[in-house]
Amino acid sequence: MVPEIGHFALIIALMLAILQGVLPIYGAARSNAVLMGMARPVAIGQFVFVATAFGCLAYALLTSDFSVLYVAEHSNSQLPAHYRFAALWGGHEGSLLLWTFLLTVWTVAVTQFSKHLPQEMVARVIGVMGLISVGFLTFMLFTSNPFERLLPAAMDGRDLNPLLQDPGMVIHPPMLYMGYVGFSVAFAFALSALLGGKLDATWARWSRPWTTVAWTFLTLGIALGSGWAYYELGWGGWWFWDPVENASFMPWLAGTALIHSLAVTEKRGAFKSWTVLLAISAFSLSLLGTFLVRSGVLTSVHAFATDPRRGIFILAFLVVVIGSSLLLFAWRAPKIGLGGKFELVSRESFLLSNNVLLSVAAASVFLGTLYPLFMDALGFGKLSVGPPYFNTVFVPLMVPMVLLMGLGPAARWKQSSVPDIWVRVRWAFGASLVIAVLLPFILGKWTPLIALGLMLAFWLISTALVDLRRRMLRAGGIKGQSRSYYGMQLAHFGVAVFIIGVTMVKGYEMERDVRMSPGDTVQAGGYSFRFDGVRDLEGPNYHARQGRVVILEDGKPVGQLFPEKRQYDASGMPMTEAAIKTGLFRDLYVSLGEPIPNSGGAWAVRVYYKPFVDWIWGGCVLMAFGGILALSDRRYRIHAKKKQESHAPDNTAHVAPETATGSTTA
Amino acid sequence: MKPRQKRFAFIVAGIAGLGIAVGLVLYALKDNVNLYFTPTQVFNKDAPVGRSFRIGGLVVANSLKREQDGLTVHFEVTDTAKTMPVVYKGILPDLFKEGKGVVAEGKLGDDGVFHAAQVLAKHDENYMPPEAKEALDEAKKAAAKAAAAAATK
Repeated sequence: MVPEIGHFALIIALMLAILQGVLPIYGAARSNAVLMGMARPVAIGQFVFVATAFGCLAYALLTSDFSVLYVAEHSNSQLPAHYRFAALWGGHEGSLLLWTFLLTVWTVAVTQFSKHLPQEMVARVIGVMGLISVGFLTFMLFTSNPFERLLPAAMDGRDLNPLLQDPGMVIHPPMLYMGYVGFSVAFAFALSALLGGKLDATWARWSRPWTTVAWTFLTLGIALGSGWAYYELGWGGWWFWDPVENASFMPWLAGTALIHSLAVTEKRGAFKSWTVLLAISAFSLSLLGTFLVRSGVLTSVHAFATDPRRGIFILAFLVVVIGSSLLLFAWRAPKIGLGGKFELVSRESFLLSNNVLLSVAAASVFLGTLYPLFMDALGFGKLSVGPPYFNTVFVPLMVPMVLLMGLGPAARWKQSSVPDIWVRVRWAFGASLVIAVLLPFILGKWTPLIALGLMLAFWLISTALVDLRRRMLRAGGIKGQSRSYYGMQLAHFGVAVFIIGVTMVKGYEMERDVRMSPGDTVQAGGYSFRFDGVRDLEGPNYHARQGRVVILEDGKPVGQLFPEKRQYDASGMPMTEAAIKTGLFRDLYVSLGEPIPNSGGAWAVRVYYKPFVDWIWGGCVLMAFGGILALSDRRYRIHAKKKQESHAPDNTAHVAPETATGSTTA
Repeated sequence: MKPRQKRFAFIVAGIAGLGIAVGLVLYALKDNVNLYFTPTQVFNKDAPVGRSFRIGGLVVANSLKREQDGLTVHFEVTDTAKTMPVVYKGILPDLFKEGKGVVAEGKLGDDGVFHAAQVLAKHDENYMPPEAKEALDEAKKAAAKAAAAAATK
């Protein structure tokens, strides 16, 4: 019964989504206040029904109702409850439902937090989001119904993929999807601005906080996924340039470009067309990412089933979304106008260069990810593009970008001069150069790449400090700067921390794949690892062989690690569970390979020493905090306050906060 | 600078940047694309020697041999028509199993042995990597053709 309620709720949600997609947009075109007024209640109604469906599937999973196909395929009665719930997004149908659910959550958020915006704008934004929802609900109902019954019911489920049975996995997909779906808001704002023909600084100001929230979620989602791969896949890498990772990285690159471009559009009125295009691409790449990962076109852990009907629908949906938005853009672009003028050497042009670099980076990832697909489709045979391609392309693109990141805040808007910038950054430049040349000698190994990485990181840190000092001396000390300024600096500092992590791991990591008998020791990074053999262990839905490895430093034991080799009961799948001793400056990582037959208990063991590896994710977390800090800026709170005081839109209210944050400009 | 010169500078900078980027991508792509071959193609000497490529197929049952060091493994990969020996040093992935699908990336040695740098076996047990599946399909097709040719003779 419950699954049928869920199915029915989805059908009603689709009806409401159609209303939500058509009426408000039509109303906005006809200036019909009644139709525009429909936007909010219909959106909330859609949310209620999608949430009902979501709840129904969760109920079916938690109660192990194996007469539902999805439950039978992705869950198991032995599975712990939190993983039964997480199985909701462990498969294709469920993850689509999650996507749609989050879309309605974002839509409701728009209805709640945009009461100060003109009615037409809100109506169009909610309308566009409704249209996206129509696409997803149709896709779900016609090709991927999560509530499909299985008759007769299965005795037990096929179990959730053991790789996904992990706390990181419980939150990674929702975080990532919050980011993907969040870009739909930026997209909807861009489209409604195009529809309304009013692309000015106010539009950029409204969509900025939404974009930042989405970007923050996406950043955290990617970091979680990367961390999960590090400890769960058992070979200690944190980024594989796997198509699935690339699928989330492309919207991130476009989204990062969008954030910066929006800042220029809001403050200077420039780059308007470019910003709109970026908003369209960020969301299109999010859609592409979702579908690439979920459609089974790509070979990876995340790809589920392949069904030609799905592929065609996906392709059609992508073509409709991207095609119609670009068409709208082409039609309205002449109305956009050029916006603020700026000189060759100015903060605008630095930001523009960074935008171009980010877009080129996104395009090269796109090419590397889809190249094998195109070649296969065109009949040129199967091939694969390896990580070396991405590394070769990425490093040369990121070096100028990071250098510009340091210069950007030091340059003036509109017009700056090279000598002026040089005076501001010369100490930072000298200091970072000296540190980069000397530090690797102290660390024990000097290579050009290590020096380059450290130079970029310290360049970011020192230019940030120099800029901070200059601003504080000029106006108001620590409190004189806006929170969005601190957010920006914190996010940039996060990039520096990230670069340090990557450089140190790449430069100084030690990996040992060895055969170890009980009592054997192996050295890595100044530590000795002693293997004490394995014992049997019973888990809730698996049995395992657990190894014990004692870590010794100068002959004294400093810790123990317990890597496991699991065998899951329901699926029979083996799983390597690595054991990691984390630390601020290094991780010690041990995972079990396989037992070596006829050797008296010897195992193949991986022992890794990973210096500064946690800085990689630490950097991402700092970037996300930067986003949150920027969001807590005064002007957004003033908006919220104004909203409480009076619901009437008051245009002068928006001008004041902007001048308040004007201290970050000239 | 006059506006016209300025615009010109922007355009030149843009084109130069784009040109560098395209060059970079092409350069990187040229050296880092791994072509894929089936054991039959390798047998027919279609695969390059000394250049990295991928093979796919099934791990032949009972072909897995481990050297004394415990880390170097030898096994055979088949597309049911032809079989080729593979050697790999390192820890095999969790889902590597005799009789199951596998994809390996590496180089063909002069000795005719495929020296794998990476062995991929992902997904659940019943999953077949597309490359491995294609190898089997190709071999089946070839066998059917051969049978048909023999019947008409």
